[in-house]
Amino acid sequence: MAEFLLASSGFVLAMVAVGLIRVLHGPANADRMMATQLFGTGGIAVLLLMAAATNVTALIDVALLMALLAAFAAVAFVIGGARSDGPDPEGAERS
Amino acid sequence: MSLVLDIFTVVAVGAGAFFFLAGTVGLLRFPDPLTRLHALSKADNLGVGLIVLGLLPRADGPISALKLIVVWLLVQSAGATVSQLIARAARRGMSQP
Repeated sequence: MAEFLLASSGFVLAMVAVGLIRVLHGPANADRMMATQLFGTGGIAVLLLMAAATNVTALIDVALLMALLAAFAAVAFVIGGARSDGPDPEGAERS
Repeated sequence: MSLVLDIFTVVAVGAGAFFFLAGTVGLLRFPDPLTRLHALSKADNLGVGLIVLGLLPRADGPISALKLIVVWLLVQSAGATVSQLIARAARRGMSQP
């Protein structure tokens, strides 16, 4: 069973790594952010699978932290983009 | 009973890994940002959800299982919020060529 869990964790990691091609090609910054978002969720899945495969429960805490940081990264991207890109298309919600 | 739980784990984790495959393929192949975001949120919600579901029978105790569910809920709510924010950023990018 541990082998299966480790193998699927490797598979998810490979998928996420392939998805990072989007970071290289873009074209927009939002697309690059989507790839890093996928990296965040994929990393969480990899950590959870490894925690189950190796019985190291501390990895679940690392996954929790990664979930938090992935959300913060995206929010920081959107706030930074709003500052540099001009007005919001949906009107003046942000003062 | 243990065999049934093992089969459940294999099926759910396999399905979750499949959704990650689908999310990656969608992210790479879909034509515009909003469809790519659509593919991505499938991987976020269903992929991690199914993997957590598959790992639940293998958790050490109720606390550990609860923690897995909390990770899932955090990913869900963060994914929903972030999808909205990124979609807005993508729209802003499209309206300013």
